[in-house]
Amino acid sequence: METYRDLPQSSYTLQSTESVRTGTWRTLQPVIDLKKCTRCYTCWKFCPDVSIEVREEGDYPRVDLDHCKGCGICSNECPVGAISMMREDAI
Amino acid sequence: MIDLMTGNVAAAKAAMLAGVEVVAAYPITPQTSISEKLAEMVANDEIKAKYIKVESEHSAMAALIGASYMGARTFTATSSQGLALMHEMLFWAAGARRPIVMTVVSRSLGPPWNIWTDHMDVIGERDTGWMQFFCENNQEALDLILLAYKVAEDKEVMLPTMVIEDGFILSHTFEKVDIPAKEEVDFFLPPFNPDVKVNFRKPRRYGSLVMPDWTMEFRYNNYLAMEKAKKKFAEAGSAFSKAFGRDYSSLIESYRCEGAEAVLIITGSAAGTAKVAADRMRERGKKVGVAKMRVFRPFPNEELLKLAENVRTIGVFDRSYTFGYGGAIYSEVRNALFSLAADLKVKGYIGGLGGRDVTETDFEKIFDDLLTLRRSGLASNQVDWVGLKDGSMRW
Repeated sequence: METYRDLPQSSYTLQSTESVRTGTWRTLQPVIDLKKCTRCYTCWKFCPDVSIEVREEGDYPRVDLDHCKGCGICSNECPVGAISMMREDAI
Repeated sequence: MIDLMTGNVAAAKAAMLAGVEVVAAYPITPQTSISEKLAEMVANDEIKAKYIKVESEHSAMAALIGASYMGARTFTATSSQGLALMHEMLFWAAGARRPIVMTVVSRSLGPPWNIWTDHMDVIGERDTGWMQFFCENNQEALDLILLAYKVAEDKEVMLPTMVIEDGFILSHTFEKVDIPAKEEVDFFLPPFNPDVKVNFRKPRRYGSLVMPDWTMEFRYNNYLAMEKAKKKFAEAGSAFSKAFGRDYSSLIESYRCEGAEAVLIITGSAAGTAKVAADRMRERGKKVGVAKMRVFRPFPNEELLKLAENVRTIGVFDRSYTFGYGGAIYSEVRNALFSLAADLKVKGYIGGLGGRDVTETDFEKIFDDLLTLRRSGLASNQVDWVGLKDGSMRW
């Protein structure tokens, strides 16, 4: 794209959303305590940025740090307190 | 076929004739009877549309943006606080270039709570990127919806449109309306077939993050589309005239402006009253006319300049107020005409807020005020409030 004439109408792009690495904005990082985790996937359901990954049924959830903004919703919603928010520089 | 109906029924009939495919609406006075009528039409299979019952106007607009992305022709209607609640989504619809058409049954914004007409709700949304067409009567409440789809869905425009009818004055008042035949409308308005719609075989992301290096270019394209819409409205209006015999080929309708010494610019239903007042003034030998601004967004600069070439005293009647300055239409008209010679007089009048009646006598007094201004060259105020209980008995 070089000028406004090259832009698509309707504000769409053909890039994948994965290409925008919003994880660089983060100051707090969710850390999952696998001893406490019951694999209920509540964190996966609530993550507003689709940054909790469950690769196969029965697997533990993982955090996609390229896109996790560190909002802490997963930590807040975890029914067993398995996710704590840690300062990036403390990890 | 000519029938007797309210402005709201006329709006619902227009949506039906346009062949809308998705309606999402939340009822709010004085719009409610539009959503009721459309729900009834869907229930009775009079239109093959999906009616989405939503919990708020914000959701109504969000649902229509999604439906429009799927390639559906969409419609909704709202008023006042409901329109204000849509505010965020109005920007989304315009930025996403979705040609959604919405009737706004204009109503005052609270507090104080008031369900009657004025244009504060609509003017409050003038900068959202929507086109804004104002109706004078119930016939226009129907016709302008059909025109709105024609202009909005033009591939060079692709912008959403508000068709504004005055609450209760049009929405709940019966008038004769000429309803065009469905086949004729189908010919005038072919099915919606946008270039951009969701295609599961070719995934795209919509409305996604844009870095500062491209946002201005998206905005610039919206500006270009809005500019093109002026010509497209005039073209669609001429085609409408050929198809249905009613002329909408200009963004500003001139009424008795030939040789006028003063002209009043006005929008909405009050234009009809101002026309009667102009007739009475002409009978008394006073040369005045009315310029009905049918389209406020895009702003009709060129037609306005043409009007002002022949008339040097112009009044602007706003049924709204922009706090801290004056009527929005007044300030924009004045701004548009600023480059003309210094002998041009432009004065603003605010009136009819919250459904306050504006009579022929009020307009006769405004015309007299304008003619005095023309002779003396002096105005007591740049903006006067009409019909205000201030004890001065001026009006």
